[in-house]
Amino acid sequence: MYQLLKQIVATGIVTEPAPDADEALRRLEQRLSETILKHFGRSLSIRHVDAGSCNGCELEIHALNSPYYNLEALGIKFVASPRHADLLLVTGPVSRHMEQALRRTYDAIPEPKLVVAIGDCGSTGGVFGESYASCGRVANVLPVDVAVPGCPPSPVAIMQAILTALSARRS
Amino acid sequence: MHLDELGIAVEPLPGAMPVFRASLAPADLCALCQAARARGARLVSLWGSDETPRGLGYALHLALALRAGLLWLTVGLPRGRPAYPGIAAIYPGADRMQRAAYDLLGIEPLEGAGRQWLRHGAWPEGVYPLRKDFAAASRVAGAGDHYAFVKVEGEGVHEIAVGPVHAGTIEPGHFRFSVVGEKVLRLEERLGYKHKGIEKRFEGMTLEEGARLAGRVSGDSTVAYAWAYAMAAEAATRTDVPQRALALRAILLELERVANHLGDLGYLGNDVGLSFGFFQFWRLKEDLLRLNAWLSGHRYLMDSVVPGGAARNLERKEGEALLEGLGRIGREVATLRSIYEEHAGAQDRFIMTGQVLPALAERMGLNGLAGRASGIARDLRVDYPVPPWRQLAPRMATHTRGDVAARVSVRFEELAESIRLVHALVRQLPAGEIRVPLAAGEAGRSGIGWVEGWRGEVLIALDLADETHIHRLHPHDPSWQNWLLVERAVLGNIVPDFPLINKSFNLSYSGHDL
Repeated sequence: MYQLLKQIVATGIVTEPAPDADEALRRLEQRLSETILKHFGRSLSIRHVDAGSCNGCELEIHALNSPYYNLEALGIKFVASPRHADLLLVTGPVSRHMEQALRRTYDAIPEPKLVVAIGDCGSTGGVFGESYASCGRVANVLPVDVAVPGCPPSPVAIMQAILTALSARRS
Repeated sequence: MHLDELGIAVEPLPGAMPVFRASLAPADLCALCQAARARGARLVSLWGSDETPRGLGYALHLALALRAGLLWLTVGLPRGRPAYPGIAAIYPGADRMQRAAYDLLGIEPLEGAGRQWLRHGAWPEGVYPLRKDFAAASRVAGAGDHYAFVKVEGEGVHEIAVGPVHAGTIEPGHFRFSVVGEKVLRLEERLGYKHKGIEKRFEGMTLEEGARLAGRVSGDSTVAYAWAYAMAAEAATRTDVPQRALALRAILLELERVANHLGDLGYLGNDVGLSFGFFQFWRLKEDLLRLNAWLSGHRYLMDSVVPGGAARNLERKEGEALLEGLGRIGREVATLRSIYEEHAGAQDRFIMTGQVLPALAERMGLNGLAGRASGIARDLRVDYPVPPWRQLAPRMATHTRGDVAARVSVRFEELAESIRLVHALVRQLPAGEIRVPLAAGEAGRSGIGWVEGWRGEVLIALDLADETHIHRLHPHDPSWQNWLLVERAVLGNIVPDFPLINKSFNLSYSGHDL
């Protein structure tokens, strides 16, 4: 126990106001918190669905919860049920085997709802494209508010996309 | 050449790894598999191909790991009824692969393929997407998805159906638990939700084009796949890779192992309520990802291994910075390991949870890190020490208890060993070029890529249509075999321990569903 406490104290708080010494993220964080405060009553709940990714985008979504990005501190949390969600985060091209599950998840989210498509595959179909087994980009299946390219997009780019979706809603 | 282990004539294939090819009549398949099994050979992969454009029928392919190397067996099948004697009774791991080969190509065991596996509702039975006369862009009307799960009956038994959309950020798959109270009586997996036609997409691509796709079969193992792909392409085109490129690839592969082990160790802490572990390990993982981005331009090292070599060099200064960063991570991990080991609550959940005993692991073909935690002392880097592994003499981490604690322990040991290997590689980096152009191939030439990724052995089997185009490419993920053991590891455990057990294997859905 002593060692554990010592490690916590030695580590300190590593959450970054601005990774890569970049002002953009700090401003992004402030705007995110403000927008969420205003429009979603202090918190935004996200339901993620992997509709057929290579699992690369999932790695960056996990990284968002790491102490450097600390997404929960901004009032954003990932929820287990679509019934509790405000925003649907979709990764991957939509495989035809996941098409129905994705639609059902979308339908289960209460209105008003937002959809953010993650990565090159979610935005365009990426290297997998459209085929007998793939519907291609998420917009071919659901109405998408914001699509963020990248293979995979960085955690900061994903945060930016969430903010863009929220601001688009406001206007 | 004669392969003494099995007493058959084989043709050695050029390439980085020892690989032999042989053809076999369907009637001889079972006897050969039995002989191979008796000599301790494991089944690495099973797949099919359509050879009708070459004026032949279909073919069944098997990759067996022998002491001397990899044996690639091809069994020609007639066009009319492409059937062969099934080998699932000899190698249980073959069952799902046989079903997948039937779904995609219509080649089946004589006794029938059984339930569908990769085919859900996207195409009906009788349509085979990997046949050459099936256009990749066709949209076939599906026939609805009806899958006959095995029903467990009896007093107090009920079912819990989970997925394909899970409660967290996880890949999609379906798990059907039959339980009494909290105890799991049976678990049945249904995979294939992520099937996005990867194998079909490779066909007709050039070797250069295919590299990007190969690096995205399973994103968390991008280096392992990219290297296996490059190795296969280089074997098929008889291209010699510079020594410096091989050392750079090995550095990238070990960095991928370190990153994934850090992430898993964090989540394993999280899953037993030790969120301290999650935050500590994910802090270290993020440090490494940023180091990766600085060195390679990509946080997960995608597209860093390319056919013919490596995409980026490692300057002396960069090498020093890498060693310094890794050294710091290594020291912190050592501290965290002793915290994990002394944490009674965590150990109580880890020890004797999700156990796979060595005998079962051997019979079902468990491989990779999960295999090494269950007494299967196999590691391609050690078993076939081709360059650059030869001079490094990697130390294999093994355990025999086969529980979550054993898989945690193997991760800790491999992490430290990977850091040692990167140190040795950076210190002895050979001078010279990092990339050469691929030589031209030839119709009908083939090549194998076989790499010990962080999860287990990744195989790529490649067959060329002409100088540069792919006729058939089969990527095989170690998860194929290991998923079978997740079904067994949970038996007798309680449902709330499933996420922990599942995480301790951390298998790929994308690499399996293709």
